[in-house]
Amino acid sequence: MVSTAPSAEVRSFRNQLAVRSSSRRPRWNDGKEWILFILFMLPNFVLFGLFTFWPMIENMRLSTQRWDLISPVRRSVGSANYRYLLENDTFHKVLFNTAYFTVAAVGLSLLLGLMVALLLNQPLKLRNGARAVVFAPTLLSGAAIGIVWSYIFDPRYGLVAEGLRWVSLSSPDWLNQPAWSMPAIIIVYVWKNMGFAAVIFLAGLQAIPRDLYDAARVDGANIWWRFRSVTIPMLSPIAFFLLITSILNTFQAFDIIRVMTQGGPVDSTNTLIYYVYEQGFVALNAGRSAAASFVLFGLMMIITLVQLRFAEQRVHYG
Amino acid sequence: MARLSSKDQRRLNLTAGYVAMLVVVLIIGLPVWWMISGSLKSTQEIYTFPPQWIPRNPRWSNFWDAWQLAPFGRFYLNSIITTVGGSALEVANATLGAYALAFLRFPFKNVVFVTLLAALMIPSQVTILPNYVFFGSTVYNLIGESWVNTYQAIILPGASVAFGTFLLRQSFLGLPREVLDAAKVDGAGHLRTLWDVVLPMARPVIVTFGLISVVAKWNDYLWPLVITQTESMRTLTVGISSLYDLEGNTDWGLVMAATLFVIFPLLVIFIFVQRFIIEGLTSGATKG
Repeated sequence: MVSTAPSAEVRSFRNQLAVRSSSRRPRWNDGKEWILFILFMLPNFVLFGLFTFWPMIENMRLSTQRWDLISPVRRSVGSANYRYLLENDTFHKVLFNTAYFTVAAVGLSLLLGLMVALLLNQPLKLRNGARAVVFAPTLLSGAAIGIVWSYIFDPRYGLVAEGLRWVSLSSPDWLNQPAWSMPAIIIVYVWKNMGFAAVIFLAGLQAIPRDLYDAARVDGANIWWRFRSVTIPMLSPIAFFLLITSILNTFQAFDIIRVMTQGGPVDSTNTLIYYVYEQGFVALNAGRSAAASFVLFGLMMIITLVQLRFAEQRVHYG
Repeated sequence: MARLSSKDQRRLNLTAGYVAMLVVVLIIGLPVWWMISGSLKSTQEIYTFPPQWIPRNPRWSNFWDAWQLAPFGRFYLNSIITTVGGSALEVANATLGAYALAFLRFPFKNVVFVTLLAALMIPSQVTILPNYVFFGSTVYNLIGESWVNTYQAIILPGASVAFGTFLLRQSFLGLPREVLDAAKVDGAGHLRTLWDVVLPMARPVIVTFGLISVVAKWNDYLWPLVITQTESMRTLTVGISSLYDLEGNTDWGLVMAATLFVIFPLLVIFIFVQRFIIEGLTSGATKG
């Protein structure tokens, strides 16, 4: 991709601006350029204003109200919705589920993704085909995939039950037993999203200069030592990027859960994003939904701030 | 390597590599195969022990029967309208915004930049409820009719774009200066430069971003689920999940055939475009 040549990134934004604004000014005077700038930006900003920024403010208001989305009366209840969440057992369970899901799904996706990337970094024929196969599920509809996996997890006629029969085990009723529902969701999520981590890790591996390995080899490093002293440090910025992106993505994983378990059985797969939906559009409790969505937003903000903080220290490999 | 290991050992390593690769491909591919083979099974074959990997008498009529279960033609139409409309708006917004940020003078560019970053950090999940209220009651109070259950309501909240604006701005800044300068010397204004110089040169990135956008819109589920109310307005993803809610696991053959309707177009497109998408995603990640 010629147009994203690294040289573009090397030059700083400020320099670019300075150079460009002085040398690139055809028949346009400043005033006209400002107007054009505003015109180009306007549609995007109007949409953001209406559907992103204003809703945030509106959400704040909703979170202090009690409203069923239908009646003309919205009762102001102050911080009652937040206090409700703080004390409610179901919400505690939701927070636990979110942590369980995030840690397991992100951990497994990254671990398996790295292993697959290391494998596909070997000089094997057809490895680009394998890369495409591994990546394909990330592009498929989560709703459709959830249905396919419900069939796969069918305790009598499913693929998993068949596999377990091979080793003389009987299949749990995955989606109807509280202990097995979350593992099932995690398996589907990892199956679907592991390819993203694999593809990004693979690109990172291929960007590591060969001479680093050669130098390590000259120093007598064996394969494990080369992995520890070259691969891991060179890959760590990408691993960090993937970690953050994956956490943010799992926080938003909705379609698989909605289709496969609807948060059940007995709230065993009810995560924050599902709770926001359920309170808002099933239980018709706008206030609680809005308050819960701010908890979700707060968590995502914290993760993003961690990323910004550490990304600054780690822009360069090392 | 050659110094350390004999020819035999290298062959062994390679064989192990191929076996591992086969296992990975099988694990990823099996569920898809299970869906395809299931879609061709009759109810009896679904319930046969042990399950058949390849249906003995493929039942093609499943697809026709599944097509009758719900208005799939309409779902397709809705998905195409919302995907094309939403992605076109996203690409247009990203292109115009990126050009402005890269090449146009403006005194408060930093403010614009920070605002876009802030928008990037607000996930759509936090805004669904107020957006629903907006289309339901605010729009109703303004123009006398609700926009819930309309195409514009499905499309508009996803039509603004921050990620794509940054992605394209970055690539515009990497375009060769000489060509841009030549356009200016030739007396081209900004509109002409954008259309005749920047767009053709940056086409790979714009296409990649467009593809990522199309895939995201086609698969979008939560917002269409919330904002559509009648069957005739449902997109494919919402339609298939309501069908599954209704039918449950009574007839897996039919349900799998219906699910293929959703997945098939993307699988076909994927075969042709996966290279662009993977390149686009990795170039963003490995340089970020």
